[in-house]
Amino acid sequence: MFATFLFYALSTVLLAAAVGVITVRNPVYAALCLILAFVTSAVLWLLLEAEFLAVVLVLVYVGAVMVLFLFVVMMLDINTATLREGFLRYAPVGAIVAGLLVLELAYVIWFRSEGLPGGTPLVPRDAAYSSTEELGRVLYTQYLYPFELAAMLLLLAIVAAILLTMRSRPGLKVQDVAEQVKVRREDRVRIVTMKPESE
Amino acid sequence: MERMYLAIVLCPLIAALVAGLFGRQIGRSGAHTITILGVGASFMMSLLVLKDQWLDGAAAFNGAVYTWAVVDGITMDVGFLVDRLTALMMVVVTSVSLMVHVYTIGYMHDDPGYQRFFSYISLFTFAMLMLVMANNFLQLFFGWEAVGLVSYLLIGFWYTRPTAIFANMKAFLVNRVGDFGFILGIALILMATGSLDYATVFAKAPEVTNQTIEVWSGTPWSVMTVACILLFVGAMGKSAQMPLHVWLPDSMEGPTPISALIHAATMVTAGVFMVARMSPLFEYSETALSVVLVIGATTALFTGFLGVVQNDIKRVVAYSTLSQLGYMTAALGASAYAAGVFHLMTHAFFKALLFLAAGSVIIAMHHEQDIRKMGGLRKYLPVTWLTSLVGTLSLIGFPGFSGFFSKDALIEAVGHAGRAGATYAWWCLLIGVFVTALYSFRMYFLVFHGQERMDAETKAHLHESPWVVTVPLVLLAIPSVIIGWPTIQPVVFGDYFGSAIVVQEANDVLGELAGEFHGPWAYILHAFSAPVPYLALAGALTAWYVYLRNPGVAEAIRQRVQWLYALLMNKYYFDDFNQKVLARGSVGIGNVFWRVGDVLIIDGGLVNGSARVVSWASQVTRQLQSGYLYHYAFAMVIGLAVLVGWLLMGA
Amino acid sequence: MVTLSHYLTLSALLFAISVAGIFLNRKNVIVLLMCVELLLLAVNFNFIAFSRYLDDPAGQVFVFFILTVAAAESAIGLAILVVLFRSRRSINVQELDVLKG
Repeated sequence: MFATFLFYALSTVLLAAAVGVITVRNPVYAALCLILAFVTSAVLWLLLEAEFLAVVLVLVYVGAVMVLFLFVVMMLDINTATLREGFLRYAPVGAIVAGLLVLELAYVIWFRSEGLPGGTPLVPRDAAYSSTEELGRVLYTQYLYPFELAAMLLLLAIVAAILLTMRSRPGLKVQDVAEQVKVRREDRVRIVTMKPESE
Repeated sequence: MERMYLAIVLCPLIAALVAGLFGRQIGRSGAHTITILGVGASFMMSLLVLKDQWLDGAAAFNGAVYTWAVVDGITMDVGFLVDRLTALMMVVVTSVSLMVHVYTIGYMHDDPGYQRFFSYISLFTFAMLMLVMANNFLQLFFGWEAVGLVSYLLIGFWYTRPTAIFANMKAFLVNRVGDFGFILGIALILMATGSLDYATVFAKAPEVTNQTIEVWSGTPWSVMTVACILLFVGAMGKSAQMPLHVWLPDSMEGPTPISALIHAATMVTAGVFMVARMSPLFEYSETALSVVLVIGATTALFTGFLGVVQNDIKRVVAYSTLSQLGYMTAALGASAYAAGVFHLMTHAFFKALLFLAAGSVIIAMHHEQDIRKMGGLRKYLPVTWLTSLVGTLSLIGFPGFSGFFSKDALIEAVGHAGRAGATYAWWCLLIGVFVTALYSFRMYFLVFHGQERMDAETKAHLHESPWVVTVPLVLLAIPSVIIGWPTIQPVVFGDYFGSAIVVQEANDVLGELAGEFHGPWAYILHAFSAPVPYLALAGALTAWYVYLRNPGVAEAIRQRVQWLYALLMNKYYFDDFNQKVLARGSVGIGNVFWRVGDVLIIDGGLVNGSARVVSWASQVTRQLQSGYLYHYAFAMVIGLAVLVGWLLMGA
Repeated sequence: MVTLSHYLTLSALLFAISVAGIFLNRKNVIVLLMCVELLLLAVNFNFIAFSRYLDDPAGQVFVFFILTVAAAESAIGLAILVVLFRSRRSINVQELDVLKG
């Protein structure tokens, strides 16, 4: 019963936060609304007993990604007034498309979901169960290669982000490692044969 | 011999090229020397060929000289088929051509286009020889079109005269109608037999007879009938048969030697020659032969009437040519191919003679062609007068002259033919004899006898033409008189043509008549038992009475039958019909097609329209490519919604 | 009593809101990126709910990967944004029409 109440309460907060994200004037507020949405989602995930992912969501998203968002928003001098021009121009289209999607998805969920186990209430897992352990076991066995690929992807994102944002200022003195490695003795040393000076 | 055949064709061609391309360098005398040498050489060699074929009895030569192309198993050769029919035609063509070459020296003496003229007539000789010597349909068509081209060039030789340009345009266009039929006929034969070669096609003729084709769906026609009629349409254009005859009188705009060579003796007889050559095909189609017979006879009679009212000396001769071509065609239609070709040969001589004589008169009259302004020329132009008389007598079929033998044989053959339309044709030809005599002697009397109606100045300058003019007249007059005597026996009633002309047993009217033939003398005597000579005499006497004895009668008759006179003067309104209905109609249709088809549909619809549609479509679609990131995002999202919806509908 | 359908509906609503957000904030790239994050969150909701109700940890693995990709995406997206702002002194998407051929 409490879980049901919690679900509805959190869902309301989540949807309100989402609406806030898309409607508030200031991007900083939007980011803050998004953080609220993430945190609420994390709590809802806890209800679904996905503890590890809930923690990751808060740590990674709220702790890293959203901080990055806020950082960028505040660093850039954004003129919010021009960005708000014609805000409602596409609102009807957006509403129609969004409404259509909701209708379609609701139709699927409520009328075309034969054979899904959704009808039965959840049986809480026993205390010894650890979703972290379960996820870890699957991740490091069955999904090892995708996991490695995900790691590569993150590395790629790091490299790409650095490459994109790094500015090479003129007049900067740097070592050219390749040139250093390539160098040969003849380039640096000149052996000169000299006649010994005799009297 | 093969080399000689090639030389016969190439001599005039080389002469024509030299005279045409280097005319300025070699000068006037150079031009006529080289072309006369070329044609003379051809003439000599043609005589050798004739001797070889006729007297020595050599086998017919049929061989390819050069393979031009092989397409999908169809060989297109340049080749020669030389048999007795070809040999006869070769001699006729080259001899008349030679005479005309010589005559031209006198006739065109002061013309600035002297070298051009010689080049053209030599080129014509080449083309005509290619036509008669062809051993396949493609070469026949080449020769056919080439003589048409030269004819076009020569009718419009005096290209600064609007009437000449109009006439050559007319000749060209009317011939296009015929040639269209001709090439369709060739195509049909190619389709039916898979070959263009005469020998192959003739060998397959019996099989083709049973094939049918549906020209309109639902009515099967014999392929042979359709093909022969189409080929004959070509002959109608070239040989000026009704209703495609309208170009020939107008072609008299060209210089007189041309009228003699092309529009009387040789080119216009190409159709007759072609039908004779195709006798193995025509023999298999009774219907086609009936068409040939009726059209020939109609042309023979009704163009003869027109000759009676013409006042231009050349036009009178031109209408007589039309009429005589009708006689030849009628003979072909009666399966008397030999008689048709025989008349072709005699006609070539006496008609060329008449034309050249008319030309001589025209020279003497300082290019006055109206016979109403002539008269009494007999004493001024003795040679011309005498040769004209010979030509006229030959033309009306005076017993003993060459025209008598050919025409009499021909009329008798038509009279014996049992084909549909033969009776009609026979009556047409008989009345035609009277008409021929009437208009021939009308012209003769008006020009050479009676009172002198020319003005004093012309009269003062009247004198006989130079020898280059009179010698060809005399040389043509000789065969006009005598050629019938030695040739009627072998050519018409004998087996001169051998296998060159094929006549089926049932149609062999000449073979039937051959039994009654006992030498030329007997033939002449026999002729008096038929109405033909009496009709000719009556025609001549009528002409004498009306135009010489009592000239008032002609005017009185004209007043009496005004409507008939108008009908004849307007040539049965053929020209007006063509001009007003066909020409204006096609201009109208062309206008409609131009406006609707070209301007509206092609220019407006297809060309500009497609560009406009592309432009419009890209105007619309480029709105999609706004370049704004969010538009692409929108597209993705909307696409997602549609995709989900589609899956829901499907599942 | 909360069933699977409740979670799925919640996720559908979240998805629709973020789609609407894309239409509304078409000029502001930062908010657009945030909307994308919300979209991914909605998807993650579905995965976790299914994983829980079908008792299959594979769903959670997918969420893990999605989080990875989303983190990488926002890192690169923000980097692009920074570069963009540096060169044009604006992040107004309305001015970005160089994709037009």
